[in-house]
Amino acid sequence: MDIDLMLKVYPFFLEAAWVTILLSVLTAILGLICGTLGAAARLSRFALFRFLGAAYVSVFRGTPALIQLFILYLGGPQIGIQLDAFEAGVIGLGINAGAYMTETIRGAIIAIDKGQREAARTLGLSSWQATYKVILPQAARLMVRPLGVNLNMLIKATALVAAIAVVELTYTAQRYIGSTYKPFEMFLLAGILYMIIIYVTGRGVAWLDRKVQIT
Amino acid sequence: MTEQTHFVEIRHAQKSFGTLEVLKDISLNVERGQIVGIIGSSGSGKSTLLRAINDLDPLTGGEIWLDGVQVNKTLPHRQYEIHINEMRQHVGMVFQHFNLFPHMTARENVTMAPKLLKSLYQAEADKLAEEQLDKVGMLERIDYYPSQLSGGQKQRVAIARALAMQPKLMLFDEATSALDPELVEEVNMVMKKLAEEHMTMIIVTHEMDFAASVCDRVLFMDKGVVVEEGPPSVLFKKPTQDRTRAFLRKHIEGAS
Amino acid sequence: MGLDFSIIPKYVDIILLGVGWTVGITVAAALLSFVGGIIFAVIALYAPWLVRQPFRLIEWVFMGTPLLLQLFLIYFGLVQIGIDLPAFVAGIIGLGLHFAVYNSELIQTAILAVDKGQMEAARTLGCSRGQALRKVVIPQAVRAVIPPIGNNMIALLKDSALVSVIGVSELTLSAQRVIGKTYRPFEFYLLAAAFYYVINLCMEWVQRKIERRISISR
Repeated sequence: MDIDLMLKVYPFFLEAAWVTILLSVLTAILGLICGTLGAAARLSRFALFRFLGAAYVSVFRGTPALIQLFILYLGGPQIGIQLDAFEAGVIGLGINAGAYMTETIRGAIIAIDKGQREAARTLGLSSWQATYKVILPQAARLMVRPLGVNLNMLIKATALVAAIAVVELTYTAQRYIGSTYKPFEMFLLAGILYMIIIYVTGRGVAWLDRKVQIT
Repeated sequence: MTEQTHFVEIRHAQKSFGTLEVLKDISLNVERGQIVGIIGSSGSGKSTLLRAINDLDPLTGGEIWLDGVQVNKTLPHRQYEIHINEMRQHVGMVFQHFNLFPHMTARENVTMAPKLLKSLYQAEADKLAEEQLDKVGMLERIDYYPSQLSGGQKQRVAIARALAMQPKLMLFDEATSALDPELVEEVNMVMKKLAEEHMTMIIVTHEMDFAASVCDRVLFMDKGVVVEEGPPSVLFKKPTQDRTRAFLRKHIEGAS
Repeated sequence: MGLDFSIIPKYVDIILLGVGWTVGITVAAALLSFVGGIIFAVIALYAPWLVRQPFRLIEWVFMGTPLLLQLFLIYFGLVQIGIDLPAFVAGIIGLGLHFAVYNSELIQTAILAVDKGQMEAARTLGCSRGQALRKVVIPQAVRAVIPPIGNNMIALLKDSALVSVIGVSELTLSAQRVIGKTYRPFEFYLLAAAFYYVINLCMEWVQRKIERRISISR
């Protein structure tokens, strides 16, 4: 193993790790927004919204995220959408992650909804009140862990933007593999950084999960 | 140690889980063709004793002999595994919760072990399955999966599965306890039929009537010891021990 | 530049060839991941400590890093140690191992969840521990994980697009090649997406069929 080389290039990997983290955070925020809207649509009283929500989930989960990125970034200009690679990465991955989060959020709400809504309604709460006062607070607790799984997948999925030349961890590793012919060392550098990010995130989710379970 | 003279011989069986002693110096002999019932409340050690006979719950002290061979003899690990697998082929066991293999049909449940361990051909195995399932009245359901059978039917298939290995001894661990009351009789019928064929059986049960009608001898266990034993006509009618009387009073009243 | 879907028929044969490769790679990698998943699960649960621990570490690395990065490692790493495999073989190995680790996790949980009485029943019939595992416990565990493994296989289909990056001419790279000639990324990526979507629907259909078939023997 070429330790000297690793020591020489690791600052570039650290820098790239920040890009991966920034990408992950922005993607997660956009994903949560899309997921919330998606879940609201899928649980809507209106058939049109339910259909749109279902189509969103089905199409974005049913096709590769890589292709979605390519359509947005490379095909976008044809329909008047001009984005730089980073923007396209955040938007493309965010919408994709949102489709998965839609199902997570919807699943948690459905799990609570069954008996609880009836109980709240018999007390005289309106449908909205039942949703906000009774169902959502409980569903939120149920969501933390599965959303954590979504987040874990999302962090790993940020590697896809290497294919549109965003200089994040995987792209950096790929470039250095090409120039140094040391695939194992470069994998190790990038891999350790990914695992640190994922480990820390996982601990954060576990902490949040414990916290919401107590209250 | 002396040579074994009884068909099944349990000598000074002792079993502890950590500091909890569940079997305290139990000795018991069973002759060929005999049917022995074991009764007692839960936690009395009756299931543990039964499960020790084929080494599912290995004893921590004492010996178990079956037909001239010591079941729990001291051997290096690998040899012991071979020995115990061989011993278990001669001891059939029926569980409270049937433990049928859900991914196999009744036929496959019955033939799996004979095919694997006795290298039967498919045709021989099929014949065996038909014979055994016919014996328990389950021939029509030979290609059904356990999920398609009632509890009583499952238990009858489980009995056929055990019989297919041609065991010398059958162990029944609360075979009817998990069944709905109306399904108990069909399983009891099968067990009675085995009794008529002079199968050696040790039956852990909570059904006093059944124990009284089929067993040659009944043991009452409490807190890891055999409190009293004797023919059912004596044990159920004129128990000598207070603990036995208390148990029987509770259970015979409870049943009626 | 606008959109023009009328040029699609001219290149559809290239795309269809890509579809064939994508299906082939997915099926091969899925089989590898299934068999590998069972083997990994047995190692992770039953191998001696000295084998189990390094193995767990490798599993952990596979689960904690992106597939794309792993593909680079396998493709270029094999070249570095003198094994020059065709890109598609490296792709199948990479996808297969990656998903084998995920399948292994599912199978481990399922093996541990098989009722203890099943092992006991097999043992009382005289089966050895290995025979009981092979005939009774593992088949049940595999049945229990078929639905989630099906989901993994559908994820594998979509992740097979990543092997385009190491130069495997599957659907995504085929689309890229056509785009290189036509400069029509929107149309052809959309076409590729449509094909992925259809394959995805087919897989979901097969998954439902299988689930219905095994529901009786669980």
